[in-house]
Amino acid sequence: MYGFAMVKGLLVTLKNLTRKPFTIQYPEERARQHPRFRGEEFVWYEERCTGCASCAKYCPLGIIKIVTSPSESAIPQGDKYRLEVFDIELQRCMFCGLCVEACPYDALFMGSGFEQGQYSRKNMVITIDQLRNAEKHPSTWFRPQLEGYEGEPSSGRGSRSIAQGDSRFTYDPRGGPPLGWREVGREGWRWHQREKAGMRLDTESAEQAGAGDE
Amino acid sequence: MSCQLAADNVLYANGLYRLVYDLVGTILPCWLSYVIAGLVMIFVLVNAVLLGAAVITWAERRLLGRFQNRVGPNRWGPFGLFQPLADLLKLLTKEDLTPDGADKPVFALVPILMVAPLVMMTAVIPFAENTSLAALNVGVLYILAVSSITSIAIFMAGWSSNNRYAMFGAARSVAVLISYEVPVVLSLLGVVMVAASMSLGSIVEAQVLPFFLVQPLAFFVFMAGMSAELNRSPFDVAEAESEIIAGYHTEYSGVKFALIQAAEFGGVGVVSAIAATLFLGGWSGPWSEYLGWLWFLIKTGAIVFLFIWFRATYPRLRIDQIMAVSWKFLLPLSLVNLAAVTLEVFLLRGPEGVLTTGDLGIMAVINVVVTVVAIWVFGNLIRDRVKFQARQPSDVVVPGVTTIEVH
Repeated sequence: MYGFAMVKGLLVTLKNLTRKPFTIQYPEERARQHPRFRGEEFVWYEERCTGCASCAKYCPLGIIKIVTSPSESAIPQGDKYRLEVFDIELQRCMFCGLCVEACPYDALFMGSGFEQGQYSRKNMVITIDQLRNAEKHPSTWFRPQLEGYEGEPSSGRGSRSIAQGDSRFTYDPRGGPPLGWREVGREGWRWHQREKAGMRLDTESAEQAGAGDE
Repeated sequence: MSCQLAADNVLYANGLYRLVYDLVGTILPCWLSYVIAGLVMIFVLVNAVLLGAAVITWAERRLLGRFQNRVGPNRWGPFGLFQPLADLLKLLTKEDLTPDGADKPVFALVPILMVAPLVMMTAVIPFAENTSLAALNVGVLYILAVSSITSIAIFMAGWSSNNRYAMFGAARSVAVLISYEVPVVLSLLGVVMVAASMSLGSIVEAQVLPFFLVQPLAFFVFMAGMSAELNRSPFDVAEAESEIIAGYHTEYSGVKFALIQAAEFGGVGVVSAIAATLFLGGWSGPWSEYLGWLWFLIKTGAIVFLFIWFRATYPRLRIDQIMAVSWKFLLPLSLVNLAAVTLEVFLLRGPEGVLTTGDLGIMAVINVVVTVVAIWVFGNLIRDRVKFQARQPSDVVVPGVTTIEVH
């Protein structure tokens, strides 16, 4: 039916006209990110870092530069080094995440931001001060303790539940305030406590964790 | 030195013209006030066309966005309403290039020649009761004659650009324009016959029942034909981006391109105004003596929406398909409409040759049936009759596999 198919086509487009636009108005609205999204930045917790430079060793491109000196204040608590330089040359980074996988103390996380555009490549090097002062919105990539993942009880500290949205992932990296170093570790994660008997970073947190266990 | 417009002047009915004429005439001589009043009217009409083009550009982009589940331009001004202004500023600051081998005077003349017919066409359109610049008694003929200038402008653009794609676009465009002139003229003949006048004002007054109900077939043919004449989708082969870059205006840039774009979208507005006048009753409506301009704007907007809706819906046809639609589909339809209307007018008109509202109602009922049947019959007649044969499995040849034939 020649003429009637034309009317049918018009009705199809009219139905689309009445639909809500699919567009998300980016600077004002944001799409909800996947919690494991690897952003163009890194989140680093100095309190957790021992300066072991595993990240620098495992980086396939060798773009992480670490200079340490023995820390005088931390020596009584173990082999803790003080970091002097921690440069990540982001312009050559391929965001493979091997540095994050290599970090034994959950000090380095993939970030979740993506607005790191610069006019010069020189500005793409993240220095230790930028890492210190950055708002810490870690990605859950290789850090499952941050996810309130179904089946696995979360630490309760590292995860924040979101009322609406994807029921599988309750963690929204950009959704809440920045996370402190106490909230991101594996030691609060019950699976980790059971299997690995936890980590004791310093006496204070060890006591807290011990009190929680009992 | 007082100068009043005489009551027997052809422009006496035009309120704005009379106002300006009388106002200026109190201090200036008659010939000067005649010129000034004319210039004021021309100023109003040119700005109406260009502003209309700007608003239609915005409406088209917004509506196309919504048709495609997007938002469309919404950054600059409320609802993105200043977007055409931003586009214009961008185009004005661009370099105005003329190709090396171009025929320069002709090349420069084209943008003017594309806008001028549109402005000329608005002269005879009644925006409200007695508010046309020239109440020509051959208004329909004038519109058809003036609108044909566009095809010459397009061909000049293609020829003078010294560019193959421009030439292709121009050749296609002229072929389309000439083909679609015929069904459009024949469909307007029915309108003229029922209104018994070629003056647009009289046609509006004759529409006690809007003519798109009295002659739906003519309305259909007119809309399809005008889509083609405006080089709009689904008949926009003249500037098919995927085939011939931008068609006849490939080489145009800067101000000239802005004018061509303005002509393109202003053309939609002017043609919509004409369609609203001829088929939707123009300014007629409740309280038309005060709100005539509002009814006219609403009806014009409805036709503009229809054009945008067509563009959002139908994919582009091939050039041979366009020719087939014109000569094998729209031409027979307009002839059927003409025959039906002729018979009905001949049989129904009273002793003085006047059609009453009841007569128009009877025509509407008959013509709706005629429209459905005619579209069905001719639609099926021109349908592609190629049957695709299903391939036999034995026809499939697998490369590299030797077929052993058993005898």
